[in-house]
Parts: sequence; C-alpha cells; structure tokens
Amino acid sequence: MSILTDLTTTDIVFYVFAVVVILSAAVVVFSKNIIHSAFSLMFTFFGVAGLYVLLNADFIAVTQVLVYVGGILVLLLFGVMLTTRVVDIDTKAGTLHAIPASILAALLVGTLCGVFWITDWVTPAPKSAAPASTASTIGQMLMTTYLLPFEVASVVLLVAMIGAAMIARREKKRT
Amino acid sequence: MTIHLSLVHFLFVSAVLFSLGVYAVLTRRNAIMVLMGIELILNSANINFIAFGHYGALSIDGQMAAIFVIILAACEAAVALAIVLNIFQQFNTVNVDDVDALRD
Repeated sequence: MSILTDLTTTDIVFYVFAVVVILSAAVVVFSKNIIHSAFSLMFTFFGVAGLYVLLNADFIAVTQVLVYVGGILVLLLFGVMLTTRVVDIDTKAGTLHAIPASILAALLVGTLCGVFWITDWVTPAPKSAAPASTASTIGQMLMTTYLLPFEVASVVLLVAMIGAAMIARREKKRT
Repeated sequence: MTIHLSLVHFLFVSAVLFSLGVYAVLTRRNAIMVLMGIELILNSANINFIAFGHYGALSIDGQMAAIFVIILAACEAAVALAIVLNIFQQFNTVNVDDVDALRD
C-alpha cells in the first residue's frame, strides 16, 4: 500500500492515459467490427494527446486532437462508410495469419521493451521551469531552423490534396 | 523500475502501441484496418520523439519532428483512402488479398 500512496498526481494521470491508450488500441486491433475499431481509435488518439500533455508538449497535443480526431479519423470513417455495406453484416473484417503475426508482435514488444529496459538512458535533469507554452517557440523554429522542411511539407500537403482528389474522382465513362 | 514517471514508461507504452499496429497491418484483411494500424505505428513513433525531447537532450526538436510526422500522416491517410475508394470502385472489395490483378 505504501507504494500506491507514494504516487503523485502526474503518475496516476500517466497510468490512466497509458491504460486508455493500450486498451483502446487493443480494441482497434482485435475488434471484429470495423466500426468499433474506428470509434475505438478515437480514444487512442485522445489518450496519446494526453500523454503529450504530460510531456509538456501542449501544442502537439492540440494538433494531435485537431488533425487526428478531426481529420484523419473522419476520413477513415468516411472510408469505412463508403466501402462497407453498413446495413448488412458485412462490416466484419476477417483476419489471417493470426498465430504467426501474434508471435511476431509478441517478439517485437518483448525485444523493444527489453532493449528499452536494459539501456542506460542518459537523461539530463529535467528542466525545472518548463516554458508556459511551446507554441511560440515552435512557431519561431518553423520560421527559422525548420523553414525548408516547413515549405516542403506545405508543398507535400498540396500535392497530396490534388492527388487524392484526382485519384478518388469517379472516372467519366469513355465513349 | 521505479513507479514514478520516467522515460522508460513512455517508451513501454509506445512499444506496445507499435506492436499492436504491426499486428493490425499483418493480420487484417480490410485495407482501412491496415491504415488504422499504420496510424497506430505513427503515433507510437511520435510518443517516442516527444518523450526523448522531454527527457533527453532533444528538447524542442523532438516536437518539431512530431509535427512533421503528423503532417505526413495526414497526407498518407488522404492519398491512401483515395486509392482504397478507387480500388473499391474497380474491384468492389477492399480486402487486400482479393486485389491481385494488375490489369483487367
């Protein structure tokens, strides 16, 4: 009991978010119904955003909620609705090679956790006074150090938008 | 392992998330489920970036990398879903195993 009373609020919040992330990700992966997977993915994204807040990355957390929950998840749901016959029972999505894949995934998580555990991480003392908001720092760095990647990313977004619209368009019947 | 929050805790969460994503990519037959697995993998990478940024010497650069990962994830989702919709119009299925014809 003494261990549990030793927990600070931050620790408890972390464990809550970690459990939410892992459980909802497990539902995403193992659920037979693709609609359930898509909605469970929302909780994963929110949980990951909470972890970002714990890591003092408030801007990234807000971006995560905006882009993932507001954008990518809605896009995925549109994809689900457009490509599965929701009214039928055809929202079931089968699995294959479940046993080799689970062995591989278990090996992967074991190896990764083992490596993370035995590595002697050099962590400098955490910054005592974290900046109140990272948004202004990130904005300045986007306009200075990361100007070229930022511009390239904007071009990539434009190309992706045009390309997606081109690909998804229903092709006109050729005569 | 201390019960208090440290870098390793976040790395463990991201490792579990990563392998769940790999499992989804490997086993699910629906193309949209494969996309969801990829999103899980990208999220786990982002957790690592930001955790190293917070605890390591990476500081704000980790968050910059995470921003660009999010941008590319958005692009990838849009283009991949467009391709999936096109496949659905062409083959009337989104099972990745059934789409094995290069030409009709």
